Amino acid sequence: MEHIVELEHVDAGYGGKTVLSDVSFSVERGEIFALLGGSGCGKSTLMKHMIGLNPVLAGRLTVAGEEWSAASRARLCRRIGVMYQSGALFGSMTCLGNVMLPLEEFSPLSRRERRAKAMELLASVGLEDAAGKMPAEISGGMKKRVAIARAMALDPDVVFLDEPGAGLDPLTSSALDELVLRLREERGMTFIMVTHELDSIFATADRCAVFDAARRSMVALGAPRWLADECEDEFTRMFLRRGGRA
Amino acid sequence: MSAFGERMSYLGEAVASAMSVAIHPRRFRFGDFALAFQRAACDGLPVCMGMGFLLGLILAFESAVSLRTFGLHSYVAALLAIGLFRELGPIITAIVLAGRSGSAFAAEIGAMKTDDELDALSTMGLAPVGFLVMPRVAAAALAMPVLTIFAELSGLVGGALVLAAMDVPPVVFWSNVVSASSAFIIALGLAKSVLFGAMVGLIGCIAGLRTRMSADGVGVSTTAAVVGGIVSVAVADGVIAVLCHVWNI
Repeated sequence: MEHIVELEHVDAGYGGKTVLSDVSFSVERGEIFALLGGSGCGKSTLMKHMIGLNPVLAGRLTVAGEEWSAASRARLCRRIGVMYQSGALFGSMTCLGNVMLPLEEFSPLSRRERRAKAMELLASVGLEDAAGKMPAEISGGMKKRVAIARAMALDPDVVFLDEPGAGLDPLTSSALDELVLRLREERGMTFIMVTHELDSIFATADRCAVFDAARRSMVALGAPRWLADECEDEFTRMFLRRGGRA
Repeated sequence: MSAFGERMSYLGEAVASAMSVAIHPRRFRFGDFALAFQRAACDGLPVCMGMGFLLGLILAFESAVSLRTFGLHSYVAALLAIGLFRELGPIITAIVLAGRSGSAFAAEIGAMKTDDELDALSTMGLAPVGFLVMPRVAAAALAMPVLTIFAELSGLVGGALVLAAMDVPPVVFWSNVVSASSAFIIALGLAKSVLFGAMVGLIGCIAGLRTRMSADGVGVSTTAAVVGGIVSVAVADGVIAVLCHVWNI
C-alpha cells in the first residue's frame, strides 16, 4: 500500500514547547484515519505539522513522499486539502467563489471549465443549490460541506478534517460522516480527521491514533473496535468505551 | 520572533509581493482592490470633505480675526492654500483614513485570522500578504490623493465662506489662492498623501495579521492600527518637512 502521510519519531509542539514526543505512524491511500484524544492532547498541533503550518520539532514527516520545506511547499499545498473546524470560508465570496478559488489560482482550466468543476464539487457534497449564496447565509453544516468541496478542488492526495462534527447537531454530524464515506467510495479520497467524537470515529474511521495528554505521546494505534475491545492500553480502552458503542 | 521582527518580516513580504505583482500584474486581485477602494474612497468622501470644510472654516476664522486688526485678512486665503495643500490636507485625510480604513483592514483581517481563514489561505499555497494586504494597501494609497483633493477643496470653500462674511469677495479669495499655490506644492502634498495612504493601509493590515487568538485580539489590533497609523504619518510628515527644509524645497 502507498503511504500518503508518514511520521517517523516526530516531536510535535509550538514555540519550542514539546506537546507530543516520538510519534510514528503512516496513513495509506484511501484510508480514513482519525487522530483521537482528549482536549489539549496535541492532536490539532500534530495536524498543523501535517498540513505544513508549523515545522516539526524533531523527526521526519512526509506527505506524498516529500517533507515540508520552502522548496516543496508550493507542490505539497496542491496535494492536500484542509477543512477547518469553522469551515474558514471567505466571507466576501459566494460558496461557488470559495470552491473556485484554488482552481483560479492553480488550475490550468479555462474559466468555464473551472466553474463547471466547482459546480460538480458542490453537487458532490449536495450543495449545488447554494452556489450563489454567501457563507453568512448558510448553516454550519453546509459551511463544512462547502469547505470539503473546496478542499477537494485540486484533486488532492489527502483531505484533512479538523473537528468535522464540532458544533453540529447529531443528524448533521451523521450526514457529514456519510458524506466522507461516500467521497472515499466514489473518489478514492484519503481522509485524516482530528476529532474526539467517538460516534463519528466508529462510523467512519479505518484506524485511529490515540494520544494522551498526561503521557505526551501516542499511546495506541489501530482500528476503533479493536482499540475499544482489545487494546492493552487502559486509557485507550476507557476513552473509546465511554463513547457508548463498545 | 520579537514584535519588531515580526513587523519587519511582514513588511519584507509586502515589498516582495509588490515586486511580484509588478512583474506579474495578473496576480493582483483587482476585485478585492475595487471593493477596498470603494470603501476607503467613496464611502470615506463625506467624512473627509466635512473635516476639510470645518478645518478650513476654523483656520480661516482664527487667522482672519487676528489679521483683520492689521487689515491683512485678505491674505488668509494664501495662508490657507499653502497650509492645506502642503500639510493639513494630507495629514487630516490620513487621520480620517486611519480611523476608517486602517481600523477596518485590521478588524477584517484579524477576524479572518481568528476564523482560521489565514491558515486556509496558507494551506492552499496562497500567501496572505499577497492575497489580502496588497489590494488593500494599493486601495488606501490610491484613495488618499482623491480624498485629499476633495478635503482641500472643501477647506477652501470653508475659508471662502468665512472671508466672504468679512467682506473679502470670493474673486479676491480665489485670486489669492491661485497666486499662493504652485503645481509643485500641490504635487508635493499629493505625493505625501500617496505615501501616507500606503503607510496607513500597511500598518492596518499588519496589525490584522498580528491579531492574537484571544477574545480581545481584534480590538487590540484595531487600536494598534489606528494609533500606529496616525503616529507613523505624523513622524513621516515631520521627516519630510525637515528634508524639504534641508533641501530648500
